[in-house]
Amino acid sequence: MISNKKSGEFISGVNSGIPIALGYLSVSFGFGISAVSRGLSPFAAVLISLTNLTSAGQVAGLEIIVTAGTLIEMALAQLTINARYFMMSLSLSQKIPSNYRVIHRLLTSFGITDEVFGVAASRKEPLTTPFMYGLILLPFIGWSMGTLMGAVAGNILPDSIKAALGIAIYGMFVAIVVPPAKTDKGCLTAVLVAIALSCIIAYVPLFDFITSGFSIIICALCASAVAAYFFPIKDSDGEGQETSAEGEVTDNADNS
Amino acid sequence: MQITLEICVYILVMAVVTYLLRMIPMTFFRKKVTSRFIRSMLYYLPYAVLSAMVIPAVFSSTGSMITAAAGLVVALILALFNRSLITVALGASAAAYIAGLALLYLM
Repeated sequence: MISNKKSGEFISGVNSGIPIALGYLSVSFGFGISAVSRGLSPFAAVLISLTNLTSAGQVAGLEIIVTAGTLIEMALAQLTINARYFMMSLSLSQKIPSNYRVIHRLLTSFGITDEVFGVAASRKEPLTTPFMYGLILLPFIGWSMGTLMGAVAGNILPDSIKAALGIAIYGMFVAIVVPPAKTDKGCLTAVLVAIALSCIIAYVPLFDFITSGFSIIICALCASAVAAYFFPIKDSDGEGQETSAEGEVTDNADNS
Repeated sequence: MQITLEICVYILVMAVVTYLLRMIPMTFFRKKVTSRFIRSMLYYLPYAVLSAMVIPAVFSSTGSMITAAAGLVVALILALFNRSLITVALGASAAAYIAGLALLYLM
């Protein structure tokens, strides 16, 4: 019974990962093409995708490598562009059950991407370890394989197909956001405020100094704060786990 | 460019910084947040993040604002009808592709 339940959770995770992996295939394909055309070897391109598993951060990192930037610059760029993962990881720490073991926390946190987080955070059922491993598996393979294929065979696809595939990942975001925003006023508020701020930062010249990674952080924090202020969630959510987790507080957990 | 030690160090720095950002909160933050405001924020955060990532970046995702807009509209319609992630993603791509073909013939 127990192993059946586990494999069911794993398969459920794998299924949720399929569309993410397909989206990643096309996006990382583009990264592979670009990395090789900028002078990296296919091996280096794939190594970056295997170890980083992130889109915006890798594009910025590639730029820093080919322009021979400093390591400090590299670290700071990744810190700002990928700081959103810190928030996502924090959000997931609230959602995963307290019996989620440290080794699994160390391993599955590697797979937190925007889309993986979107699926995991919006899942109605509890986040089990088999579900998380299943969810991460195909996106990780898709991201790395797409990079390899782009690096090795990027020139085969016609431009019109390549261009059309570029929007796939955004379609996926839309599919995650729209259904809850339809029924939940707080969610709709967060979405609309985030879009408004994001457009202001992108189009008002005064804000040109804000990089895209920082823009996402600012928009997301402000928009979710506005939504939280006007539409606080019901107080009963997640109460069942509160007492059991209380004893395991660590030094780092002190900013609530 | 060969895979040199230098490139490996760049990649190592990238990977370590990115991993620490993901790993630290999930591994060390065990306390359940009790503040209702913070819990509400964390609940709304994913939707805010994804929305900010889509608009306006989506409009430069296909190399043409018109084909991207066509893809976005189709994605919105499909998502309003609760279609699956992959249906919406490929629907958007198909719409952008068709819009691109239509543009070729119109111009």
